[in-house]
Amino acid sequence: MAAERRPTGFRLVGRYGLLAFVAFVTLFPIYTTLVAAFKPGDKVLVNPLVPDSFTLEPLMTAWSDGHLGRYLFNSFVVAAVVTIAQVVTSLLSGYAFAMLDFPGRHVLFALFLATLLVPIEATLVVNRRTVDTLGWLNTYQGLALPFLATAFGTFLVRQALLAVPGELRDAARIDGAGHLAFLRYVALPVIVPTVGALALFSFLSSWNQYLWPNLITTEESMNTVQSGLTLLRRSSLDEPNALMAGTVIAAVPIFAALLIFQRSLVRGLTSGAVKG
Amino acid sequence: MESRAFDRRRWRQLPVALGLLAPSAIILGAFIVYPIVKSVFLGTERCNASGTRCVEGGWDQYTDTFRSTEFQHALWVTAKFALITVPLGLALGIGLAVLAHKHLAGVSVFRAIFSSTVATSVAVASLMWLFLLQPSVGVLSNVGWIADAFPVVKQPGLLNDPDTALWSVGLSSVWANLGFTFIIITAGLQGIPDDVYEAAALDGAGGSRRFWAITLPLLGPSLLFVLIVLTSRAFQAYGEIDLLTEGGPRPDDSTTTITYLTYGRNSIMATDLGLQATTAVLLFVVLLGLSFLQLWSLGRRVHYGD
Repeated sequence: MAAERRPTGFRLVGRYGLLAFVAFVTLFPIYTTLVAAFKPGDKVLVNPLVPDSFTLEPLMTAWSDGHLGRYLFNSFVVAAVVTIAQVVTSLLSGYAFAMLDFPGRHVLFALFLATLLVPIEATLVVNRRTVDTLGWLNTYQGLALPFLATAFGTFLVRQALLAVPGELRDAARIDGAGHLAFLRYVALPVIVPTVGALALFSFLSSWNQYLWPNLITTEESMNTVQSGLTLLRRSSLDEPNALMAGTVIAAVPIFAALLIFQRSLVRGLTSGAVKG
Repeated sequence: MESRAFDRRRWRQLPVALGLLAPSAIILGAFIVYPIVKSVFLGTERCNASGTRCVEGGWDQYTDTFRSTEFQHALWVTAKFALITVPLGLALGIGLAVLAHKHLAGVSVFRAIFSSTVATSVAVASLMWLFLLQPSVGVLSNVGWIADAFPVVKQPGLLNDPDTALWSVGLSSVWANLGFTFIIITAGLQGIPDDVYEAAALDGAGGSRRFWAITLPLLGPSLLFVLIVLTSRAFQAYGEIDLLTEGGPRPDDSTTTITYLTYGRNSIMATDLGLQATTAVLLFVVLLGLSFLQLWSLGRRVHYGD
């Protein structure tokens, strides 16, 4: 398509018109949310498409009554722990599969990949029981524990390490404690983009978890942002501006993070799609 | 001799390898493998209505559950949900990606806009759509001309009408996934070399012919990936249903999918561990075929990946 001649005149106007229209439709739900989040309660349903008054009150209500500060903190703690753990466990296992030759390697790798066949929803019934038995309902450990390792991350790291030049890999043929040092000082710097993409992907998927925190959280103070929004929806239906303000508060950190890490995100998402 | 030395080295590397694999293996084993195996047995536990007495070994619970009206209905709703969201999401993703794949000034702004919904979690996206669609306190029902032209948005409301509820949830889901779809297909488009199009243009192929004969086939791997992800997301949809309709409107349960039947807060399964395990296992089996496809496409990338 790039080779196509640049459209001119009417066709150019038409193309921009179409782009603008589609952009308008895409942004419409975000726009109405923002309009409502900054309107006083008595105006929010009058001309809901027009930002004709401005107040920060809904934001304050959502923040204080909805405890969103606490929930954001909880989400951040859980997502940070999950991200660090997934990166570390994926680096270790990805390294073993890419750099070491040992009996049973192929079988084990196949078993790792096979765990990708299991939809997370099929495991949560038993996982809830396990976490309950450990006495970890309503705890950070409980929220994070089932997600500390990922076969997808192992796969990504392995693929990236296999692309590392042969001389570097030959240097890996050292024994014992040498492996961790090699991983840390030689292999890791080479695959930083992959690890960055994996970290962002891990953080996002942990942050966005919906069903799991809803299943194991019964104490109000241990909700994540996502399950906190569930509570907010059940409590403030008659105050749409506060609900939308809460939605804005919950959305802002990820929008900000993705603006900063755009490139990593595209890399992370497409590494599952286009090339290894 | 040499091969024996090689063998010895492989065996010598085994303890190190197992040590490195242990953290991942323990977590994956305890929270993915064990739950599936355990669920299969839990699913045979039959309990009486009050849940006070349970008997193990009731394998017929699987066939009973599968044949039950509730499960059959949920399976049908799930299939409809996938048939709504997957083709629509795919078509919109392709359309947007092709539209924004032009050398136009400012096109990167549009790309950012089209990618933007990737930043919304299912809860955020669903609440935005809840506010749009709610009959009394929503946007559409309070814009005069929309409420006049489409009375259904006010009475009973798109989310409360059994005919429109699933479509409405589907639309919100399509919107939430659009950013992801757009990013993947755009990356796929960028992988198609310009000279293919130049050659086609020289041969006199017009715009639509270039689209059908070049763009679509060469997008194949990206489209397959998006297709698989969107389908499995449709089968696992939970948050949008929980926040928008809670599986209703009732009594039709028009939006109760398999996942919602298993975990939904009003679901008959939610208090019966054995039944929950049964539907979880059945969900796993239903999704297994899909997952194999996914793994197969992953395997192809291993092969062709750089």
